Amino acid sequence: MEAVRASARGVAVRRAGPLRLSPWTVGVTLVAAALAVPIVAVLSSLARPRLEVWEHLWQTQLGELIANTLLLLAGVGVGTFVVGTALAWLVVGFHFPGRGMFEWALMLPLAVPAYVIGFAFLGLFDYAGPVQSALRRALGEAARLPELRSGAGIVVVMTLVFYPYVYLLARTAFREQGAATLETARSLGRTPLRVFWEVMLPMARPSLVAGVSLAMMEALADFGTVATFGYRTLTEGIYRVWFGMFEREAATQLASLLLLFAALLLALERALRGRARFVQSHRRGAGILPVPLRGWRAGAATCVCALVLGVAFVLPVVQLLVWAREAAVAGGLPYGRLLANTLTLASLAAAITGGLALVLVYAARLHPSRVVHAVTRFVSMGYALPGSVIAVGVLIPVALFDHALVGIFEWLLGRSVDLVVTGSATALLYAYVVRFLAVSTQTLEASLGKVPPSFDDAARSLGTGMLGTLGRIHLPLMRGGLLTALVLVFVETMKEMPATLLLRPFGFDTLAVGVWERTSESLWGDAAIPALTIVAAGLLPVFLAIRLSAVRTGLGGGGP
Amino acid sequence: MRQTVALTLLTLTVGLLAGAATGHAAELVVYSARHYGQEAAFEAFTRKTGIQLKIFNGSTGELFERLKAEGERTPADVLLTVDAGNLWNAARAGLLSRVDSPELQANIPAHLRDPEQRWVGLTVRARSIAYNIQKVKPAELSTYEALGDARWKGRLCLRTSSYIYNQSLLATMIKRHGEPRTEAIVRGWVANQPVLINGDTKILESLATGQCDVGLVNHYYLARLLAKDGSFPVGIFWANQQTTGTHVNVSGAGVTAHAKHRAEAIKFLEYLSSPEAQQMFADLSFEYPANPQAAVHQLVARWGKFKQDDINVAAAGEYQAAATRLADRVGYK
Repeated sequence: MEAVRASARGVAVRRAGPLRLSPWTVGVTLVAAALAVPIVAVLSSLARPRLEVWEHLWQTQLGELIANTLLLLAGVGVGTFVVGTALAWLVVGFHFPGRGMFEWALMLPLAVPAYVIGFAFLGLFDYAGPVQSALRRALGEAARLPELRSGAGIVVVMTLVFYPYVYLLARTAFREQGAATLETARSLGRTPLRVFWEVMLPMARPSLVAGVSLAMMEALADFGTVATFGYRTLTEGIYRVWFGMFEREAATQLASLLLLFAALLLALERALRGRARFVQSHRRGAGILPVPLRGWRAGAATCVCALVLGVAFVLPVVQLLVWAREAAVAGGLPYGRLLANTLTLASLAAAITGGLALVLVYAARLHPSRVVHAVTRFVSMGYALPGSVIAVGVLIPVALFDHALVGIFEWLLGRSVDLVVTGSATALLYAYVVRFLAVSTQTLEASLGKVPPSFDDAARSLGTGMLGTLGRIHLPLMRGGLLTALVLVFVETMKEMPATLLLRPFGFDTLAVGVWERTSESLWGDAAIPALTIVAAGLLPVFLAIRLSAVRTGLGGGGP
Repeated sequence: MRQTVALTLLTLTVGLLAGAATGHAAELVVYSARHYGQEAAFEAFTRKTGIQLKIFNGSTGELFERLKAEGERTPADVLLTVDAGNLWNAARAGLLSRVDSPELQANIPAHLRDPEQRWVGLTVRARSIAYNIQKVKPAELSTYEALGDARWKGRLCLRTSSYIYNQSLLATMIKRHGEPRTEAIVRGWVANQPVLINGDTKILESLATGQCDVGLVNHYYLARLLAKDGSFPVGIFWANQQTTGTHVNVSGAGVTAHAKHRAEAIKFLEYLSSPEAQQMFADLSFEYPANPQAAVHQLVARWGKFKQDDINVAAAGEYQAAATRLADRVGYK
């Protein structure tokens, strides 16, 4: 064990150096600056403080909103960490009935939008729902389940919705770990649990922390679920101030408070990742060999996986299917076109976000300057903002630019011209990138951090250029992380609602828009079909990721 | 390099010119935050006039932001949305323009449209008391205020105060009774420890299953459930018939401040206010037509005529912020 630690520390990645201005730094800073515009737009609202609104909030609810938000964050953080890590360790480290299926199926809840799971849960477990109704019939009128519309209820639901982030990253991290390290620990007489606790967990720490912080940022930004559950968080407060008092400025200022939370979260993440980086010098060897489980242990492992999958995915989907059957109008939506639009946007967003994240993360590796680190952190905060806020943050500067641009055209042509960028796919993709960049950077950073810097040096000393090193050394080694990043952004974009609603081009509706149009009218039966289509379309990238990652390691981990 | 720039500019210019050649046929652009029940009326308008409608659906607050950002270059001609408070706020933000149309004024009663003629209500929603018909006798019910009586303790289901139709109800009460009296009324509700439920349909289901006995809902949600299941055990009681009348809200529309097709937009609103179009709204959505000449859906007609609160629905906007603050103060979440 000591040997493992020592060797890990021996190849610790170089630390951030002093401020240097290389072309990379300048280039990356420019990219980041473009991505930072919407966040700056949100922060700039602080220049005109709406003191009167703040005073009212302070007197009535700010304390409760902050306390609830912190509670939610802590609950979701712990919940997703425990569930995601435990499941990943089970499917990577052990053999038990159904493991092959669970390994990919446990990612499926990703494909279901959080608000849909939330609503399906309420539909099932509410007082008027089938579960409690059955309970009352069986046990009498007084029979009740614990109230789902509570802090605990929403933590459970969000944990079930967001654990796949941790699971996905942890699974990749566990699988990328070399078998040799593990075998060494095992041969030294460590039990599987201690191997997990003392070797696997510390070595996967960057990925775990990245996954948990993604889940927490997602919880911070969520509006749909907290609104459905009537649980008041800062994000709920933003909407209340915005649409209940029509105080957009004050709402944006409240959103700045969310950014503060996000900044703290990112700082915490830095601290938790720690200075020492665990790199793998021999991970191209055989992957971890799963330990076969027998008897009740095997049964328990199967039950745990089945329970999580059943509650987080099967139940809501069944509820959606029931609603779909009851739906008054089955058709009514041009599904082919909606699907095509959704997939087009999602692939573009995933590719662009992945590419930009790669540039940022790679620049930080080549030139670990404080500036690059700082800008990467800063643009990552977009993920903690509610979609509507980031969308307005995009809309306002884009429209300003557009008016200026069109003004020039009008002057040249001598007649009035329509806006070009506002309400174009470009503006929408810009919003997606700003919102989901954190997903890609976090994932890629965790993945790239595991490649030993000595590889870079070796490649360089053999005369391979920078791009050659990236293409031949880093990308193949980061493949798992890159895939994860692409899949996550793809699925996130498919589910994204507020920015899509506000910024989409005319007539360019997506499946999420279809869901929203119906849910906003409480027509849940009619919304079930587009929602199911999102789920089905979300399966596509998940399957693709499984296949591609299986190819890499032979047979997806193989048998014992 | 220079060639590239020139080429790009040329392409852009050609593109814009091509857009100009095709872009301005007879069509109206409608930004809509109402997504249900208007389809038939819209199609009939296009059939009658040949004017094509381009609909951009969104949610109210966000549509406002888009309109604001697009400014004088907005493609939108008409803004269609739900809730009088939203319409009032759109007008206040300068997004709508005044329309002096004798036809609109004749078709729509004065309390359902903007006193300054920047928007008109097109359909009417009554927000009143729903009750479990097995557990509550109509004689026990009277007013919104009386839902604060101790007898409803633990028996009341409400939406949260973030919900726009509840904000509008409170706002109208503030206009009617002033803040202190309204505050006392809402304190009464809160003291009855209402179950806060997200969704009018969910409230109705809670009433049917016995989680609570009385609640406040928009009437058409009950109509939708009754249309599916005639034996649904919930009834509606028209609140405040002896006093101020039942609170009503509207969905409505206005012509945008920078409409490119203003004449067609006005024609569109006039058509939507006509008895013919109003009938189509009522048939599809179970709402009350704003135009009294159109008939209500037979399912809704069974509930009988009732006295509407005839205060101008614009009050919902004027006092919306005050209503939100009041709810925060008394702890109505």
